[in-house]
Amino acid sequence: MADVTLTVDGKTITAPAGTLLLEACRKVGIEIPAFCYYPGLSLQAACRMCLVRIEKMPKLQTACTTPVAEGMIVSTETDEIKQARKAMLELVLANHPLDCPVCDAGGECELQDMTFKYGAGGSQFVEIKNHREEQQWSPVVFFDRPRCILCYRCVRVCNEGMDVAALGIQQRNVGSVIAPNDITSLDCEQCGMCIDICPVGALTSDTYRYKTRPWEMTHVGTICTHCGDGCKTTLGVRRSDDGMQIVRGDNRDKSGLNGEFLCVKGRYAFDFANSSERLTQPLVRQPNGEFATVSWEDAIKVVAKRFRAARDERGGRSIGVIGSTRITNEEAYLLQKIARSAFGTNNIDHHRTTDYVGIVRALDGQKNRFASIADAGSAPAILILGNDPTEQHPLLAWNVRTNVRHNGARIYLANHRKIKLHRQAKSFIQIPADGYEAFAHFLGGDEASSFGADAIALRDSLRQEQNLLIVFGSELRGTAISALVKFGFSLPDTKFACLGDYVNSRGAADMGLYPDLLPGYQPIHGNSAIRAEYGDGIPRESGLDLAQMFEAAARNELAALYVVGDDPVERLGIAEETLHNTFLVVQDMFMTATAKLADVVLPTANLYEKSGTVTNTFGDLQLVKKAADRAGVRTDLELIVRIADTMGEDVHTLVPFGKGVRADMGQSRGAQSGEADRHGIWLAAHNLEPKLSPFDPNALLDEIQRLVPGYDFDRLDLLGGTSQQVQPAGDGLIGISQLADRPDGILPSGDTLFTSGTLGHYSEKLNEVEVFQTKKSMVAAD
Amino acid sequence: MSLTKISENPKPGSTIFSPELAARFDKLVTLYPVRRSALIPMLLYAQDEIGYVSDAAIAEIAQRLDLTVLDVRNVLSYYSMLRTNPIGKYNVQVCTNISCMVRGGQELFQHCKKRLGIGHKQTTSDGIFSLEEVECIGACSWAPAVQVNYDFHENLTPEAMDALLDEYRSKAGQ
Amino acid sequence: MPTLVSHPDEVKIVSSRFGKGATEIDRYIELGGYEAVRQAIEKGPDWIISEMKASNLRGRGGAGFPTGMKWSFVPKQSEKPKYVLVNGDESEPGTCKDHLIFLHDPHAVIEGAIVAGIAVGAKTGFIYLRGEYRYLLKIMEKAIADAYAKGFLGKGIFGSNFDFEVISQTGAGAYEVGEESALMESLEGKRGVPRIRPPFPAVVGLYGGPTVINNAETIASVSHILRMGGEAYAKIGSARNGGTRLFCISGHAERPGVYELPMGYNLKKMIYEVAGGIRGGRQLKAVVPGGSSTPVLLPNEIDIGMDFDQVGKAGSMLGSGGVVVLDETVCMVEFALRTIQFYQHESCGWCIPCREGTDWLKKTLTRFHAGGGEAKDIDNIRYLAENMLGRTFCPLGDAAAMPTIAFVKKFRQEFEDHLNGKPCPYGRHSGTKATTPELIAVS
Ligand SMILES: Cc1cc2nc3c(=O)[nH]c(=O)nc-3n(C[C@H](O)[C@H](O)[C@H](O)COP(=O)(O)O)c2cc1C
Ligand code: SF4
Ligand code: FES
Repeated sequence: MADVTLTVDGKTITAPAGTLLLEACRKVGIEIPAFCYYPGLSLQAACRMCLVRIEKMPKLQTACTTPVAEGMIVSTETDEIKQARKAMLELVLANHPLDCPVCDAGGECELQDMTFKYGAGGSQFVEIKNHREEQQWSPVVFFDRPRCILCYRCVRVCNEGMDVAALGIQQRNVGSVIAPNDITSLDCEQCGMCIDICPVGALTSDTYRYKTRPWEMTHVGTICTHCGDGCKTTLGVRRSDDGMQIVRGDNRDKSGLNGEFLCVKGRYAFDFANSSERLTQPLVRQPNGEFATVSWEDAIKVVAKRFRAARDERGGRSIGVIGSTRITNEEAYLLQKIARSAFGTNNIDHHRTTDYVGIVRALDGQKNRFASIADAGSAPAILILGNDPTEQHPLLAWNVRTNVRHNGARIYLANHRKIKLHRQAKSFIQIPADGYEAFAHFLGGDEASSFGADAIALRDSLRQEQNLLIVFGSELRGTAISALVKFGFSLPDTKFACLGDYVNSRGAADMGLYPDLLPGYQPIHGNSAIRAEYGDGIPRESGLDLAQMFEAAARNELAALYVVGDDPVERLGIAEETLHNTFLVVQDMFMTATAKLADVVLPTANLYEKSGTVTNTFGDLQLVKKAADRAGVRTDLELIVRIADTMGEDVHTLVPFGKGVRADMGQSRGAQSGEADRHGIWLAAHNLEPKLSPFDPNALLDEIQRLVPGYDFDRLDLLGGTSQQVQPAGDGLIGISQLADRPDGILPSGDTLFTSGTLGHYSEKLNEVEVFQTKKSMVAAD
Repeated sequence: MSLTKISENPKPGSTIFSPELAARFDKLVTLYPVRRSALIPMLLYAQDEIGYVSDAAIAEIAQRLDLTVLDVRNVLSYYSMLRTNPIGKYNVQVCTNISCMVRGGQELFQHCKKRLGIGHKQTTSDGIFSLEEVECIGACSWAPAVQVNYDFHENLTPEAMDALLDEYRSKAGQ
Repeated sequence: MPTLVSHPDEVKIVSSRFGKGATEIDRYIELGGYEAVRQAIEKGPDWIISEMKASNLRGRGGAGFPTGMKWSFVPKQSEKPKYVLVNGDESEPGTCKDHLIFLHDPHAVIEGAIVAGIAVGAKTGFIYLRGEYRYLLKIMEKAIADAYAKGFLGKGIFGSNFDFEVISQTGAGAYEVGEESALMESLEGKRGVPRIRPPFPAVVGLYGGPTVINNAETIASVSHILRMGGEAYAKIGSARNGGTRLFCISGHAERPGVYELPMGYNLKKMIYEVAGGIRGGRQLKAVVPGGSSTPVLLPNEIDIGMDFDQVGKAGSMLGSGGVVVLDETVCMVEFALRTIQFYQHESCGWCIPCREGTDWLKKTLTRFHAGGGEAKDIDNIRYLAENMLGRTFCPLGDAAAMPTIAFVKKFRQEFEDHLNGKPCPYGRHSGTKATTPELIAVS
């Protein structure tokens, strides 16, 4: 739109026609106070804090609803306006309790800040305030009615942002009140967006209520460890008896790729980290069959000795390695590197939840075909096949809804269930649960299929689209993906995204936790930069996949199994005897079913207790920062390095710390002009570990950037907090299209909004919420 | 478990209302450009039939209009004539707003309190009368005025009020 | 049945059919009814609007906006259907005129709505009555059914190719719903919270379509204007204030009632001659000229013509036509309290200044009137009312603030006389303990 020019407080400013005055002012640094205005949500004009004087208007006007106009002359901070705002605050405070010293929002309260600014501290009011008791609406949401200033942000974010509409406004006049949908409780997605958006302390969370003061916490922005969307969550940590404990998860600065969004898991399900069931001492099984706690040194010695023996005596192929979808890229990369170059095996795999290999293969030779999760918020049209983003990819669902609301995006849905996003869909068709492959072929023009008129109409509309984003779940694999991609290529500028379940599912795949693929999906038998770097000692033939490893173990052919952060025994229902003759090492936080069978259990740190990077299911790479700390545990990275070191491997080769051009710790450019120092200080300030040691994940990130196709991103941007999109498909992949009928080995997690694999079992809050919501849905179904 | 609850429905087709009212509702929702417009009239008619807007009435109306129960409650609680609890057979609503007040409306209200032995928004133990002090009912030039259910009574005095209450009491017996 | 009054100075136009059985459609036709629609169909929208403009009819709902001009704002072309909305929510304390129109002359409202529809190109009209007027809705519904039966409503009305539907309903108890955009919300089945403006209803109104919204009396005047001609109608009133208006005289007048008098009729005369002076020959203390939201006038301020401009010049407003006459027995503090109590009860609660301001004023005035006042309260009351004024989301906040400021300004002495623990020394309960209002905020 054309720009208009106006004058604000004597300054001439320009803004596109239609911009709200309040926004236009903010852009040029003129802050107009507001409670009810919230970017992206509908306008209210209810709090009257944003009143400004516009020449030729008889009354003060609300800047939050007034569009800029050519020649407008505006004043925003005259005595008259300050007085009006002060009076407005006096009125809000008339019924607002002054319990700031104990209020959760104290120190982070917009009402406090404004009162401070406009000086409405002294009250004219002698009347008794209207009091109501605090109410608990759900395992996570509390409502303190007298503190509510009725800005309606919570109602709007729940209605408009979440499309849940669990909050309403009831009664009227001073009796007006925010009310939950189940009369005295909330039946909802428990996302806590209402708490986050509340400018005061009216909505508070059970996890944080009355626990601490904001200034007693350190706030660390890192990546949520749960689903594959990879939201940024800011963890508030506080010193505790045995480390730094997480007391709050929220979305402080809204700077992540999730913007203001966070779901129930990102906000509350950090508590597994504080679980009393955490393992904190290494355990080694004794001849009597019992575990004994031993020192770290002893435990690692046992592991290294047995691994070396297995390799030397029975060959690398007798060792199996299972990685995790919740460790960092650096750890996953290192794990496959140690497996291949130190153990000499390609028996490496992980819990695959979707067919990343399938999409990469289908996109072979193409550039920039992977969508970022941000594209879901801006693409003009989106086709979603399978999956239920509301349950499994909450951020994706949020982006889709926002895109529809703000940009009128056209959503096409095909699913075997009527998923909630159908409410945003331009067209929705229900297909049989086993009909996805046929549907993909149908889209590609297969006329023999039996899809009906509505499917044909949907396909016809799709054919008109350009810049389409195609998102699909694990229902589509292999040839179905190829068919879908082929259809996508028939339209201009289509992008793709494949949905996998955990925080670093994509990273695990990208980092080569496959028996037949090196990092970056390079076939194991080909020649690649990695092979050149690792040396030709790594076997050329494919290793065993996860299922095959257990089969081998059952046949007595697996001498050792190294499980890092996974619980395959539970997931696959592996019988205890299977592993009787296998030396089993498990690195985990908890005594999982797999750990129970182990010979050595090494207690590890979780994603919130380490640094590194993770890649979300869309390929957005982000920085993970260490927030919490638990005495006794070690990171997987450290453990892998220590085991290798104790085995006698050259650690400097394994983790080339202090080497390479990108790890710029000052080494490459020298310590000129104090650059190294500055960088070091900067890293420390951001909770990174500026150690020039084999435990420095940055050293591994250098190697990843150097060797893994698609991981050539802007390092500085990443360090600055901006997610980087990786694009594994492209010229760097050698002959991937030749990979024919490899077994996909995919087992979707089946997680819902309120479950999160093994980790979820240890989150008390998540379990509590799940029980609460399950009861509600049972009542509703009656 | 799935959150994708589309709506919380009573069994479709069944109704808690009389056949006449149900038929009226069927028609009402077709009158307006959007179904939801029928909400406030429906709540009133439901209240007229049941005596108040019951949970079951809320659920059925929500279903008929494709709204959530919360939606209905949000609206319902806004309007002062709608109630969610039963009251007496005759709701005696005494206006005490300015025009009535200056012509004895408040005294009339006090008189009713004494006479009926109940206070504001209370119901007599025999369930015949409820009493309410109300805002202006649009009968200012004929003050003081009282509304009993939907019927207006103007230019009242305490004596006339007594006669009126007697009349209603005897009607209640029939 | 409300009693009908009359006085020789009255010019009965809108009230001309009151008490004449015009609720029956045949009788209405006999009395000249539905003539204006035939004329309107024949002569078309431009003619109607020019007659309306010539009539100087100003909205009877309160703000006095020129009706012809309002209609001309409706865009000729519109993608969305246009609507006519008759505001019969009549809830401003002191006002009971629309009550009589619905009771005695429902077809005049229907006829006016049809004419408005023809003028702006709307095919549907809604007549919204306040919830308390249920018995009037029955009358209205019968009138509508009769009009349909005669072919005056529905497809091809009066044999023309113009279609017009009318739907009537009531609210359910909410003063704020009389505000035009809140009324549209209510009609759409929502809470009666006003809308952000602009856009104004003439452009984006009911169901997003251009909408003409007028008070019931305004609409009931329309057919008379077309029949007698805009200019002739204008002549009856004063400058820029055409025609007559129904004045609802209440309070301590000897003969309260609804009188139809020309715009600009002298207020003093209205009280002392038309309404028979002050009850029992007592002294006049004050007059609220246009419903409870209009600033009170002192006896020496009432020698003014009752039209929008002259009352405005006198520092008050013509408002809704509710003239409340107060004699010496009235305690102005109690009166202020009762007024605020109403606005507190009726505030929709949307915006801070109105929601909190009315509540605070009510609490303070309650304590003050009961004898617990302090000297600084008096200035505080005024300070807060002034801080609400012009800063609320809709004019309800002003409606509460304006009279409050006037009460404090003009009756400060009465406020001071309540200080120092004195019980109310005024009026009908002088010497006795004041009653405390029992109407409390809904929970
Ligand atoms: C708080 C408030 C209450 C109102 N109540 C009424 C009402 O009860 N009846 C009415 O006709 N207008 C009422 N109005 C005025 C309407 O908003 C609107 O101006 C009027 O219906 C337009 O009709 P008119 O131009 O014919 O006067 C009210 C306005 C406000 C701000
Ligand atoms: S002034 Fe504000 S709270 Fe009052 S009625 Fe209007 S919008 Fe509602
Ligand atoms: S921000 Fe404008 S009124 Fe609240």
